[in-house]
Amino acid sequence: MSAPVLALPRRRPSAAALRTAAPVLLLALLALAVLAPGLLAGADPLAADPLGALSPPGGAHPLGTDHLGRDVLARVVHGARHSISIGVGATLLAVVTGALLGLAAGLSPKWLDEALARSFDVLSTLPELLLALLVVAITGPGTVNVILAIAVAQIPNYARVVRAQTFVVRRSGYVEQARTFGRPPAAITFGHVLPNVLGPVPVLATIGLGTAVIAGSGLSFLGMGPQPPAAEWGAMLSEGRNYLRVAWWEALFPGLAITLTVVCLTVVGRRLQRRFEGRTP
Amino acid sequence: MTAVRDEGTAPAVARPAGSALVAVEDLRVSFGDAEVVHGISLSVAAGECVAIVGESGSGKSVTARTLLGLTGPGSSVTASAFTVAGRDALAFGEREWRRLRGRFAGLVLQDALVSLDPLRTVGAEIAEVLATHDVVPRARRAERVLDLLAAVGVPEPALRARQRPHQLSGGLRQRVLIASAIAADPELIIADEPTTALDVTVQAQVLRLLAERKAAGTALLLISHDLAVVSSIADRVLVMKDGRVVEEGRTRDVLGAPAHPYTRALLAAVPSAASRGSRLTAGPPIAVREPDPYARVLAGTGLTRAYGRRVVVDHVSFTLHEGETLGVVGESGSGKSTLARLVLALLAPDAGRVSLHGRPWSDLPESRRRPLRPRIQLVSQDPLGSFDPRHTVGRLVAEPLRLPRGERRARVLDLLARVGLPPGTADRRPRELSGGQRQRVAIARALGPRPDVLVCDEPVSALDVSIQAQVLDLLAGIQAEDGTAMVFISHDLGVVHHVSHRVLVMKDGQVVEEGEVGEVFTRPRHAYTEALVASVPRLL
Repeated sequence: MSAPVLALPRRRPSAAALRTAAPVLLLALLALAVLAPGLLAGADPLAADPLGALSPPGGAHPLGTDHLGRDVLARVVHGARHSISIGVGATLLAVVTGALLGLAAGLSPKWLDEALARSFDVLSTLPELLLALLVVAITGPGTVNVILAIAVAQIPNYARVVRAQTFVVRRSGYVEQARTFGRPPAAITFGHVLPNVLGPVPVLATIGLGTAVIAGSGLSFLGMGPQPPAAEWGAMLSEGRNYLRVAWWEALFPGLAITLTVVCLTVVGRRLQRRFEGRTP
Repeated sequence: MTAVRDEGTAPAVARPAGSALVAVEDLRVSFGDAEVVHGISLSVAAGECVAIVGESGSGKSVTARTLLGLTGPGSSVTASAFTVAGRDALAFGEREWRRLRGRFAGLVLQDALVSLDPLRTVGAEIAEVLATHDVVPRARRAERVLDLLAAVGVPEPALRARQRPHQLSGGLRQRVLIASAIAADPELIIADEPTTALDVTVQAQVLRLLAERKAAGTALLLISHDLAVVSSIADRVLVMKDGRVVEEGRTRDVLGAPAHPYTRALLAAVPSAASRGSRLTAGPPIAVREPDPYARVLAGTGLTRAYGRRVVVDHVSFTLHEGETLGVVGESGSGKSTLARLVLALLAPDAGRVSLHGRPWSDLPESRRRPLRPRIQLVSQDPLGSFDPRHTVGRLVAEPLRLPRGERRARVLDLLARVGLPPGTADRRPRELSGGQRQRVAIARALGPRPDVLVCDEPVSALDVSIQAQVLDLLAGIQAEDGTAMVFISHDLGVVHHVSHRVLVMKDGQVVEEGEVGEVFTRPRHAYTEALVASVPRLL
């Protein structure tokens, strides 16, 4: 006499675990490539071998060689250091500056807040890559300048989120309650507002990291980033596209590296975000 | 009102005459491995109103939803017999259920704001039901929508039908939900807490509306936590606790002469004029301590505050003495909470002032008021919102204490013990606690600085009757021991009558009546107070 009226199949936990584990594993591999590239690829990424140029994947060169006969695997692995440091550097700079500006706006008197908020808005009207290009056009190419350019372009994103979050927390019941206890404003700001505003920032930064990596590769692709012969994914992609007809592997693997990195960062970031949002009201 | 039925739609489903519309025997519902309803039997016949009463977690809502095949994902339902409209519901698939919903049985849910689609006009919402069940020809649907809105007492139906849910008040939204539930002229209405979010006067209107449907022959299954609401309309009552029916029978018998101890405790826990001065829960009596008429703690004179052009608090004056509770009643939007914020000096008045112990309070600059702030403490309706989400209970309770680090822990445990929480609570997070425990934590926090005045803003509104009773007893005990003066804000007249010595009745920001609580509620002088008192549903 049993009749399940509505029995939906329950999700298997193993599938969900796999979906998280795969990107985390790939990111761990990436971290290894950044910290100890020698462990993943023995060849020298800068050693040219004109006679072995554009040889297809296989044998001594698992991913083939580029137009100067350099090992593509070694260049992709070693290139991680450039691409990731641009992404991480730019994100760190953008998060710190953006969070400080957002907090300043959220805690300031109305006129200053308005001024700051409008300037974030103005910066946001320019597409990120265009803004970054503008900055590099002024400062000139180079790794440090690219980091600076991307950071400037991303600051408004973080500033706006932090400002909005500051308002939410400042009007929350617990801040009001703390006022009724007679706690001084500084104690409330440091004891309640700051920790609760900054809580979600690391999660945002994880997602933003992906965007920064793309932007960095994009600028490098345009020749604004690390200069040759340094291995960087965007620059490799740019060089490789000239040989796409004869040697697809030279462009494909750096491109794949960029795509996988960004996808993994986004997946992990979103998952963190969902967990975080589930925890705080 | 009768216009709707005059259209003469045929009964949705043919069934043998005289049998119950819905009948279920030994109903069991479980989610995963947890069984939440343990063998319930009930039936509803035409023209009858059956009520299921119980507290949160008693399984009353799940039972009601199961009767419409809406138990939810991951659930399994078993019963030894389950007939809906004379057919075996255990064999129903989703299609059969869908055909019954709306046409045979209409469902009215508690929260009209989430139950209505925010992007559609309420007219479209009702028309959808008509279209789904093809009740009237397309050409006459619009006209029928207006008839329905008029039938549920929505003024200016033509205007309202074009509006969206957020443009309507809570009472109007609830009536729209009822209109869409009765649109297809169902034989049964299942109403899950239909009046819980409403003000008393609006609640009275909605109950009248449901009573009219019942008189017109519609069967009614009412789910409620409120015994008084039920007693005004139900023919039979089922009292549920932990997924079981502990008592059932005719309303008069169950509420008049309850047989089960749980029903008796539930009835005893309802605060009212009669329960004044006595405990709501079992335990030693609380020493009665009369307010000291010579020790004035708090006074407000001519308090006025406007938001933009709207005056929210309009020339409100009051006094509060040691050991006294001043009740503030009024419906939503009457300015009660703004008054609380003015008293707490979280908001500066546009005119008028608050004084504490005869000295300035609202006039002080914030830096000089800050050291005095511990004198006036707040217990809010939403304790969870007043807790920093990162902190443990121990840290939350310690926050207002001005003590050296070493003595703090002991004082926190003292305070927790005082509000009846075990010491282990200190290391837990508020999210892990029940609503009643959270409110106890909030009270412990407020007691920490040994305040002279406790401002309680709807402190028990979100709680079940029995938990509400415990919290009210706790507050009464604190007042008896410490002589704390309280400003007690509530929309619930029964609660206010139970706790207050004097009362302010607020409407549109003004105090329309004030005085000794018994005097005001038994011989109201103002028409609004009279309407308010008359709207309160009574236990038989």
